[in-house]
Amino acid sequence: MDRLIQELPSFLSIWNIIFLLKAMGVTFLLSLIGCLVGFSLGTLLAIFRKTKSALLIPLRILIVIYTEIFRRIPFLVSLLLIFYIFQIGKITDSLFIIAIVTVCLIATAFISEIVRSGLESVSQTQWDAAKAMNFSYYETLKEVIFPQAWKVIFPPAFSFFILFIKDTALASQIGVMELTFAGKVLNNKGFSPILVFGTVLILYFILSFPLDRFGKYMERKYATN
Amino acid sequence: MGYTLIYSQVTEYIPYLLAGAWISLQIVILAFSAGMFFGLILASIRTFGNLTLRRTVIFYVTFFTNTPQLVQIYFLFFALPEIGILLSPFVAVLIGMTLNAAAYMCEIQRAGFLSIRQNELDAARTMSFSIVQQVRFVILPHIMKVLFPPLSNHYILMTLGTSMAAIFGVEELTGRAFNINAETFRSVEIFSITALVYIIITFIATLLLAIIGKYFFKAKIRIIQ
Amino acid sequence: MQQIKISESHAYYGDLHVLNNVSLSIDKGEIISIIGPSGSGKSSLLKLLVGLLLPKSGTISISNKIIDYTNKAHLNYARNKTAIVFQQYNLFENMNVLKNVCIAPYKIQKRNKEEVEEQAIKLLDKVGLKNKLNSYPDELSGGQQQRVAIARALCLNPEILLLDEITSALDPELVKEVLDTIRVLASEGMTMLIVSHEMVFVKELSNKVVFMDEGAIVDFDTPQNIFESPKHFRIADFVSKILK
Repeated sequence: MDRLIQELPSFLSIWNIIFLLKAMGVTFLLSLIGCLVGFSLGTLLAIFRKTKSALLIPLRILIVIYTEIFRRIPFLVSLLLIFYIFQIGKITDSLFIIAIVTVCLIATAFISEIVRSGLESVSQTQWDAAKAMNFSYYETLKEVIFPQAWKVIFPPAFSFFILFIKDTALASQIGVMELTFAGKVLNNKGFSPILVFGTVLILYFILSFPLDRFGKYMERKYATN
Repeated sequence: MGYTLIYSQVTEYIPYLLAGAWISLQIVILAFSAGMFFGLILASIRTFGNLTLRRTVIFYVTFFTNTPQLVQIYFLFFALPEIGILLSPFVAVLIGMTLNAAAYMCEIQRAGFLSIRQNELDAARTMSFSIVQQVRFVILPHIMKVLFPPLSNHYILMTLGTSMAAIFGVEELTGRAFNINAETFRSVEIFSITALVYIIITFIATLLLAIIGKYFFKAKIRIIQ
Repeated sequence: MQQIKISESHAYYGDLHVLNNVSLSIDKGEIISIIGPSGSGKSSLLKLLVGLLLPKSGTISISNKIIDYTNKAHLNYARNKTAIVFQQYNLFENMNVLKNVCIAPYKIQKRNKEEVEEQAIKLLDKVGLKNKLNSYPDELSGGQQQRVAIARALCLNPEILLLDEITSALDPELVKEVLDTIRVLASEGMTMLIVSHEMVFVKELSNKVVFMDEGAIVDFDTPQNIFESPKHFRIADFVSKILK
């Protein structure tokens, strides 16, 4: 306990604080970019997956395979696989880019499922009415289905975003300077692990908790609408 | 590119790798069961306890669901020795996963409690069911049916979560992949095989859970769509 | 002038043979009611015309043009000539009443926005909902929603109106307002195919009645003949049960 109090001032040095805040930023960025890309691509995948034309069957199969695979592999394994593929293919040296690619691939798979669920939650009668009035598949999605599906998509999607922030901790294993890795660095520097990892836990909490509350608030708002 | 995929060089290691899957299974079953047990206790306190107890549980659950499991285990593994508690990697991972699981399962099970509708209880009461009979014939079956999908889902998530044990040197599936990689440097081959094993494991698990769900609890789970 | 001709058509929902060798001919301006027990294929007949159910065999022609429902241009033609009102109204939940009525004419038929709005408001006034232009479907009663659905169908300027059990989902007191609206349309000469359980209405309004059972057309005759001197036992049985 005394060690903690002893170390506290040098631990909370300006350099350390900035270091940790930067790392928090990286964590947040990884999750945000992953989810934004994941949402865009995931929506595209969901739309194509629900098409009925026979020509697009190979595409639909590919999409199913892709989403099932990336949802059934641990984050760590996906990360390492991409890492080694990029390393061997000499594609890029940047750890950050490798991490971003991985988070995007994973987020896309998960979010496309969420979007798909949302689209399926809209009653078939809405599709029928639009079809009878000659709406095309894409017109129906744009004018009728998506505006209604959004209510069902947003809560789990946002929830996933918050969950994803925690998953990014694994990016520390390839050396990306996010929050967990920053913790390891400080721990290796000799600071008390209780102090270091306790602080890291608190910082993750500060990142995640307000978003969680915001999400719950939005859920209540959407529910009453 | 200068690198060719040579899967033959790693085939001799596959039995070793697969044996790791067995360790992963042990971890997840232990952590899941313990987590469910403690989660139930927490959920009960949260629903029926007095204000202070409820607040404590809320704090615990909020904290564990807003911070990454990896960092929680880091804390247990590196910080506890400071106060004299030395945990082996396996135990640290187990405890970490259990504590984490208990928090999530508390929420899941609490939702189950709350889903019992008053009219079901009323109906049972008017038919002169005793409290025990109410629990056995009305409440439990209903709760099991409601809880089965989210708990199954969490089980799958935990199965994937066991991969972080590798970071602490536990020789489960991912851990063994690390070892093989260190020996043969055939990274892409090894990790792609590891990924495949995880996919197969989760597929089998989902299938089994779907069957159990259908026959024992009449709860339906989607395997693939 | 012959407007709809269906010849020996068969249709399936998966393995279920929902339309069995169906043949029907309808002239312009006629009001045809389709009656029969549940599951007899009445709705399927309407869905066939509007392309929501594909025929496995047989021919269908609208205004003397044979329609190949797998051909986009033909499908557009068929859907331009017809408009369908569903039992569950199927209004677009995310749009208000005015937009529900305007959207297809404006976006799909590519008509001029002001012109469509003007017509929409006139039609909504006609069905008695002029003051509900900005309401959303979930703010309206069943009868009101159904009337919006009728206005929406009319705004497409169809030559043929298809009504699929439009009063079945309504509380009894709301049925009258919808039937009154249909009476007005009937008097204006619109060709209509009406699937209904309201036998009094069917008797009063129809030129001819189609009786369907198990996917086949059992009889196609005037209301008097169907109700008062039915040729088949099944019709007599059905009619007696309904008119009790």
